[in-house]
Amino acid sequence: MSLALEGIDVVIDGRPILDDVSLEVGTGERLALLGPSGSGKSTALRVTAGLQRPTAGRVVLDGADVTAIPPHRRGIGLVFQDAALFPHRDVAGNVGFGPRVAHLPHAQRDARVTQALELVGLAGMERRDVTTLSGGEAQRVALARALVLEPGVLLLDEPLGALDGPLRQRLQDDLRELFERLSLTVVHVTHDVGEAFALGDRVAVLRAGRVAQVATPEELWARPVDDWVARFLGMRNVVPDGDRANVIRPEAVRIVPGAGAVVVAADRDGPVVRLRVRRDDGRELEAVLVGGAVPRVGDRTAVEVDPAGLVEVEVWRGGAQEASDATSH
Amino acid sequence: MTLRNFPVVRLAVRIGRVGIAVYVAAVAVAAAGCGGGGSEPKDVVLVTHDSFAVSKPVKQAFERESGLELKILQGGDANEVLNRALLTAGDPQGDVVFGIDDSVLSRAIDGDLLDEYRSPELSALQPDFANPDAHVTPVDHGEVCLNVDRGWFASHDVPRPTTLDDLILDRYRNLLVVENPATSSPGLAFLLATVARYGDPGWETYWRALRANGVRVVDGWEEAYTQQFSGASGSPGKRPIVVSYASSPAAEVIFAATPPATAPTAAVEDGCYRQVEYAGVLRGAHNEDGARKLIDFMLSKRFQADVPGSMFVYPVRAGVPLPEPFVKHAIVPRDPLQLPAAAVDANRDRWVARWTDIVVR
Amino acid sequence: MDRHRRALSAAGRAAAVVLPVAFLAVFFAWPLGAILERSLLVDGRLDVPFDVLTDPTTRDVVWFTLWQATVSTTLTLAAGLPLAWALSRFRFPGRSVVEALVLVPFVLPTVVVATAFAALLPDGVERSVWAILLAHVFFNVAVVVRVVGAFWAGLDQRLWEAAATLGASPGDRRLRLTVPLLAPALASAASIVFLFCFTSFGVILILGGPRYATLETEIYNEAARLFDLRTAAALGLLQLAAVAAAVLVAGRLERRLGGARRRGDAARRPVGGERVAVGVVVLGSLALLALPPVALVLRSLQVGTGYGVDHFTSLVQETPALLVAPWHAVLNSLLFSAAATAIALAVGIPAAVAVASGRRGLDVALMLPLGASAALLGFGFLLAFDDPPLDLRSSPAIVPLAQALVALPFVVRSLVPALRAVDARLREAAAVLGATPAQVRREIELPLLARPLAVAAGLAFAVSLGEFGATVFVVRADWPTVPVAIFRFLGRPGEDNVGTAMALCVVLMALVAAVALASERALVRGRPR
Repeated sequence: MSLALEGIDVVIDGRPILDDVSLEVGTGERLALLGPSGSGKSTALRVTAGLQRPTAGRVVLDGADVTAIPPHRRGIGLVFQDAALFPHRDVAGNVGFGPRVAHLPHAQRDARVTQALELVGLAGMERRDVTTLSGGEAQRVALARALVLEPGVLLLDEPLGALDGPLRQRLQDDLRELFERLSLTVVHVTHDVGEAFALGDRVAVLRAGRVAQVATPEELWARPVDDWVARFLGMRNVVPDGDRANVIRPEAVRIVPGAGAVVVAADRDGPVVRLRVRRDDGRELEAVLVGGAVPRVGDRTAVEVDPAGLVEVEVWRGGAQEASDATSH
Repeated sequence: MTLRNFPVVRLAVRIGRVGIAVYVAAVAVAAAGCGGGGSEPKDVVLVTHDSFAVSKPVKQAFERESGLELKILQGGDANEVLNRALLTAGDPQGDVVFGIDDSVLSRAIDGDLLDEYRSPELSALQPDFANPDAHVTPVDHGEVCLNVDRGWFASHDVPRPTTLDDLILDRYRNLLVVENPATSSPGLAFLLATVARYGDPGWETYWRALRANGVRVVDGWEEAYTQQFSGASGSPGKRPIVVSYASSPAAEVIFAATPPATAPTAAVEDGCYRQVEYAGVLRGAHNEDGARKLIDFMLSKRFQADVPGSMFVYPVRAGVPLPEPFVKHAIVPRDPLQLPAAAVDANRDRWVARWTDIVVR
Repeated sequence: MDRHRRALSAAGRAAAVVLPVAFLAVFFAWPLGAILERSLLVDGRLDVPFDVLTDPTTRDVVWFTLWQATVSTTLTLAAGLPLAWALSRFRFPGRSVVEALVLVPFVLPTVVVATAFAALLPDGVERSVWAILLAHVFFNVAVVVRVVGAFWAGLDQRLWEAAATLGASPGDRRLRLTVPLLAPALASAASIVFLFCFTSFGVILILGGPRYATLETEIYNEAARLFDLRTAAALGLLQLAAVAAAVLVAGRLERRLGGARRRGDAARRPVGGERVAVGVVVLGSLALLALPPVALVLRSLQVGTGYGVDHFTSLVQETPALLVAPWHAVLNSLLFSAAATAIALAVGIPAAVAVASGRRGLDVALMLPLGASAALLGFGFLLAFDDPPLDLRSSPAIVPLAQALVALPFVVRSLVPALRAVDARLREAAAVLGATPAQVRREIELPLLARPLAVAAGLAFAVSLGEFGATVFVVRADWPTVPVAIFRFLGRPGEDNVGTAMALCVVLMALVAAVALASERALVRGRPR
């Protein structure tokens, strides 16, 4: 099922939340909706699900305008942040909720519940009380609950937001594998760049209620549309120059033996080390190194820049929304 | 198991349905109750006070003889019954009102809420009652009298009071409990008794003396008699003198677990105040004919003989025998105090307000 | 099909407002309007009784009414909170029995409680303002325990743990966490108790004696006894305005303080020192609550100078006090109360939904019947329901309607805070999964609200069972309820009559306790797991 938002405006209490947002998601495509908090990405999801009426614009599913159709008849799956499981029902009761309100026959319901739980790796958990589940399990139950009716479109609102560490990584891997296996059309909201890149075929960057850029992760990384997007993606080598800004992607900055710069910071994140060096002319650059032997803070070194990693972008003059608000973890 | 199998949910759904069913039923009952506007009425409605009572066989006798169902609406004391009747004058709640006493009689007549009716049975009444105002028919009379706890006076070796004057003597200090005339019918009767005896404003002096002698005032007869008066069986009360009725000692015998040979209490004949209770046909009654039949019935031998046992008041019909306990344990005061209805009506509010200033404030 | 469904759900939403509004309009506003018109319209012109309102006597009455209601409410909260705490936070043997017993005082007819108190209190205290305050506490403690307890049980225990790790002492936690979190339920309970005390009638008359007058007793006096409708109407409007103001303030408090996230029933077994605290609170409260009922039970068994069950056996015998044998009154009471509870729930559930979704005007309107003088409203009934199709003046159907009017605020009050606390995302999650608004209500809200619903039903039933002031005004003599029968028996001299009245009191107490216990049990069985 394909999905399109066309010129969506949402105004709540006189405040514009979404401003002329248009997005297209093809059948089987996965779109990540990336943006800092307050950018309107959850509202866009709620509009899609039918939980929020847009002030203007249309929601189109497979070519049909569903803007006026209430959520319970849209056939869209939604996984909430924090799962939002029904506390008075056990796991099977939660997962089987959709089939039940759709009045499916008993046997069919049970089969679907079993199947959905298997899909999310919770086979045999039917009778568990949902208040005793771990965060990851709860999120999987929420996912099974959303998938059990085989929705045409699956919406996920920060599904990994409440999780941490290996658990987060594992669920992320499982989700990707699941989406591919089921060929689902997915819209997935996150403020985490890594999550967006990992789960989205394309990424839409939302800023202050407007779409800043839509592109594949590779394109986005290679050619951010402006300095704000570059910073939001985690790039630090952004130097404004009048109407334009120069961006050097960190992997294009090479650290070679010599002089002309000093290491001022070295932060290891697994196999990757982010280095910050200050050139003698006062300019700071960020570089990314891989491996064990890396310079330490205070070391003198030389810096080379691969011209392929140099991008010239526009300067965003939109105002209030700071790219540094919610940069990636 | 689906949610709808949950008892609570099922219960709530069912309750909702019952609720709606009740609505429909209520409206249907209401509609049916008055749908037949033009047809012959099948019931007669009596509006009366809390103390009204009739034994079941007597009620059934009326229903059998008249072919009418007798519906009884009761609430409040005589005064409240009258006020409700005044409120709905011309569009009454029922057909007959019963329980109007002397203290409110002139208001009832002036309020234009009753149709005139002279029952053929009037001729059978005792001479005192045989010539009432044309709007009302006397049905019974009660006598508000002081009651004393015989046992208390015997064991404390104090003579029982025999007159109103006695009550202000020092030896009866803190022994008397009375009802508030503002809120109680016997309370008002007792105030009227003192007005009848000592005159206006002589009664004020008497009540000042009563107050100085420790009279206790309570809101109603129930509280005074069953809670404050030591003579009522099972009462936790500590005061051996109370304002009640001439018939109360008989009730103590009739309703005792094992009826004693002599009543534990006695009525004081002096200072009794007579209250005559009247019935009348309400103006605008749906069933005027039934109303007249009911009033005739209330004067019949059968109803009159039932009056002492049911309401603990005395019949107005001549030659109706009293039940045996009444003969043995109760008194019928020979010369009760009474004030003209018009005088009562003209002064009642002022007296009660004055009494409140003197005794309560 | 779709259009048909949408029309239905729109009709459902409309019904949530229309049903309660229509009920109030017909059974409250209309009769009240009728009596006010009769009282204040003179030759078609409005006669505004300003003189009554500025009278110094009125001022004194208003002051005393306010004063006693405020003090009574404070004392009731203080007395009820420890028990609400023990019952909502802990599981212990007999918890449901205690919860049921707490309801008992609430349904006892005023005359019975006042009588029991008069018998218990020492001579000097008996007829004082203290007696009034004590009786009010005794009556209303159930409201605090039930309304606050149901809410308390749903609060997230982790909040206290978090506060503890943040260095908050137990006292701090109570002051800075418990009180603010409970505030919506506290405001709710306090507003009900305040209204009850503000409009208190029987307790004031019997325990206060003639010296104390509240607005309610004055209105009754002016209307029913002195037939001064103009003064009565003026005082009635004053009382209604005061009640409306109190409701508005309470509603604002409740909303501003908001609802805390609920996480199911968090009760657990008490440990260590808690055991002592819970024990002291429960046993102490029970002892105090049990004192008057025990006195009644003893009195009902007292036959002559000994003891026996004679008064109970006489319940099946014909009596001159009633047109039917007393046990009929028990049947009538159950029937009327069940119908009244059903009506109160049928009107109250949609009303609570409407109130919780922001219709504040309805909230105030629903509370107003508590503030209207029973005497005035009763007079209004006589004036209004005199024509077909609503000629209810001599119909038994009017009894449950009148009782439902009194019970309605309790239903709404116990449901609204819980409804507001239901996580909006659960409703959305259900909607996205294909549940229609009606299904959301039935499958999500109703089960989540099972406990508050049971509280509401229990309260409504209890209130209807014990209701006297309105019932006695409209009930027919051949259809007496238990409180009306008690009143009739107490109004007659003789040991048998008093004894039968006491036996009926005991039956009434047992009935309420049984109903409360049963609804509690059904609830426990209804839970998943």
